Amino acid sequence: MKKKLQVEAIAHGTVIDHVPAGQGIKILKFFQLSAAQERITVGLNLPSGEQQQKDLIKVENTVFDENQANQLALFAPNATINLIEDFEVVRKFHVSTPEQVKGVFACPNSNCISHNEPIDSNFYVRHQQQDIKLKCHYCEKTFDRGLFSELD
Amino acid sequence: MNNPLYQKHIISIPDFSRQELELIVDTAQSIKQQPRPELLKNKVVASCFFEASTRTRLSFETAVQRLGGSVIGFADGGNTSLGKKGETLVDSVKVISSYSDAFFMRHPQEGAARLASEFSSVPVINGGDGSNQHPTQTLLDLFTIYETQGSLEGLKVAFVGDLKYGRTVHSLTQALSLFGCEFYFIAPKALAMPDYIIEELNAREIKYNLHDSIEEVVDELDILYMTRVQKERFDETEYQHMKSSFILRADMLKQVKENLKILHPLPRVDEITTDVDTTPYAYYFEQAENGVYARQALLALVMTNEFGAQ
Repeated sequence: MKKKLQVEAIAHGTVIDHVPAGQGIKILKFFQLSAAQERITVGLNLPSGEQQQKDLIKVENTVFDENQANQLALFAPNATINLIEDFEVVRKFHVSTPEQVKGVFACPNSNCISHNEPIDSNFYVRHQQQDIKLKCHYCEKTFDRGLFSELD
Repeated sequence: MNNPLYQKHIISIPDFSRQELELIVDTAQSIKQQPRPELLKNKVVASCFFEASTRTRLSFETAVQRLGGSVIGFADGGNTSLGKKGETLVDSVKVISSYSDAFFMRHPQEGAARLASEFSSVPVINGGDGSNQHPTQTLLDLFTIYETQGSLEGLKVAFVGDLKYGRTVHSLTQALSLFGCEFYFIAPKALAMPDYIIEELNAREIKYNLHDSIEEVVDELDILYMTRVQKERFDETEYQHMKSSFILRADMLKQVKENLKILHPLPRVDEITTDVDTTPYAYYFEQAENGVYARQALLALVMTNEFGAQ
């Protein structure tokens, strides 16, 4: 039987694979991937050997830089990023959780000074068992991933 | 002289090493025994209270004056450009640090002191940032414990009352855990020590015990640290029921160790009955006085190079 691609191949761009099912839409929204008017193909709840179900995102003519890839790790710690040129994968890498996340999320503590001042928010990323926690550099409070509205 | 705190900011207890905490305690002891009335001569220290405070502000300002420095500042942020004209804290800090050789600040928002330290050209001392940190309270507590016990090592220390919201209790537990102390946490379930402190103690294999009343453990202790249980956190019946387990009376101290000292960050309401005040174990008013020596020690260390490990 002939194997068929689940989502159509792209000529140039980035394929984000092994995204946990349910996270694909959040990633699109968070990175505002649709804002650049490039063609985006999204596969939701695709069959996957290791994960049973996964999401997959293909963004044409867009290359994910390392900083974006690290932020992506907060949504999808096991995602892989494939950079495509002329229908060929020219680079493939696993995302890795960053040690620090600056200027991306608002602090969930509404009394944190970072909300009122002309500064970037700043969090230290900590692994606790299977989970990721973020500690605010300013108010020193530690938050579960789920407390960040951007990640939820 | 090796003084690792010279020109450093004092923001949060977890920033300190054991050696630095010992240096502050030693310096406080030295200044208590031998006052240094000219150490900060010709220096200006700004006292910036964006939120009102009684003990902390008075003791800081006394500390500056006892070292011969001058104080400028404000006692209520509502009357500043920041409160009235909407200036950012960042801009206020840039200006204040250009007028003074160091400043201490209290602010109602968590993280304010850390932020200030990033924009200040002179040392910043945190006098309390919202519910986050109040490091100078912890340092005066450490000095008082050292003064009464002759050591910080391996003590049995109980904390009683509101362990959930009490920032003092959290920071002191973190600091004493560097010295191998054993902890006893005595609190109603609704005000128990927060998980993150318990997780830190577990991760570092530090011994702690949970109890429901003071009497269960009081005879074993070296330090009994009392805090206020805020009535407004409970309904009246619940409060009355719970109150009796977390109030210290003189008749509970009959069998205690001779070296026991009772501490309290003050103000107290009714969690220590006044008959305890005349026992040899009460030390909370001396503790408040030690606030001046501990703050003198901090000012001396961050503003001069006179003290330090040899």
